Amino acid sequence: MKIVALASVLLCGGILIFGTAGFPDFGDPLSPPASHVSPHYIEEAVAETSVPNIVTAVLADYRGFDTLFETAVVFSAAMACFFLLRVFREDERSPSEKLYRHLPTGIILRIDPGGKAPQSNEFEPIDPTWVPHDMIVKTTTRLIIPFIQLFGLYVIAHGHHSPGGGFQGGVILGSSLILYALSQNLRMAIGRMGETVSAVFCAAGVFIYAGAGALCLLMGANFLDYAALSPLFGVDAIQARSLGILVVEIGVGLAVMSAMVWIYYNLASVGRHQEGL
Amino acid sequence: MNEWIAFLAGKFNYWGFIVLMMIGIYAIIAKKNLIKKIIGMNIFQTAIILFYVSTAAKRDAGIPIITHGHGMSGHSARAVDYINPLPHVLMLTAIVVSVATLGVALTLAVKVYRQYGSLEEDEIADSIRARAGGDQ
Repeated sequence: MKIVALASVLLCGGILIFGTAGFPDFGDPLSPPASHVSPHYIEEAVAETSVPNIVTAVLADYRGFDTLFETAVVFSAAMACFFLLRVFREDERSPSEKLYRHLPTGIILRIDPGGKAPQSNEFEPIDPTWVPHDMIVKTTTRLIIPFIQLFGLYVIAHGHHSPGGGFQGGVILGSSLILYALSQNLRMAIGRMGETVSAVFCAAGVFIYAGAGALCLLMGANFLDYAALSPLFGVDAIQARSLGILVVEIGVGLAVMSAMVWIYYNLASVGRHQEGL
Repeated sequence: MNEWIAFLAGKFNYWGFIVLMMIGIYAIIAKKNLIKKIIGMNIFQTAIILFYVSTAAKRDAGIPIITHGHGMSGHSARAVDYINPLPHVLMLTAIVVSVATLGVALTLAVKVYRQYGSLEEDEIADSIRARAGGDQ
């Protein structure tokens, strides 16, 4: 089996390398991908959308439908993880004995099935795989997370003028929450941004995007034709495109951030939302 | 000899992507562990991303952000000064979608592990066969 796989892969790779003779050279300014629609984007993007970052302009305006459904793919992936993994009731897969840690002393209690759980809030429920966290890691991440989140917001908001946009900023925001869950523990992260909140944000992001498109329909233009929003924003049609792109990017950022966090919650704790990694 | 060097210098990006793509396909076909298959799928995706982004490159061109673009009027950008933005747009969304689909793939691996107690393909096939035999 492995030899057959190796042979077919080598054959396929050889044919592909043979085929590269017909491909344009690396860095060729006249290559087919650079010669049909791309010069129009580069030369007209600022005049048509007032967005200097051409990638953002193409992403949210010229190819708005593509991005809308990519966002929908991210949303449905998060939904798939939730429906496949989430366990609501305590079943035989969850450990029968429960472990509680006394926070001030670090003593761990083991409660057998049917035993009474400690009521004091000095105890926290933990997993059998629980390991003590490092003080340095905890403190450093607590200091650094606000700056990561600020940078994520900057990347979303400044995506018109510098590298950035909804996808990148959303991933940065989501990773800051995942870092919080990794460095503290999963339950504290869920306390900050719960499952319901992430689900609602994820849907709200897609809704903002699709809603911006539908608003254009209501204003009498095509779906996702932001120029129609100029009476709402009180600016001319070109500026309205720029602002419409910003609205859409915020929706994308919201959806991506909460999808990342939601997928992490479900994967890290195998759907039980207990201790996690 | 010289034309060979020119050929290599012009096409090395495709060679890199083909090597990566074949490594990914080989992992998907030959490895028995589901997690290794998923890693192979990710290497494959990375190869495609590399291919797209490398086709965007232009000699002596900068990143696709118009310099002094804000509030300018009458000043037009030339297409040769900026690299092709379109592959970057496509791959930007593809990267995030690949992370999300990686999540779904790992979720399915977790479900398979719960069901069959193994991530090895042949062991899963054995236990499916054993269950089918037990039902008869």
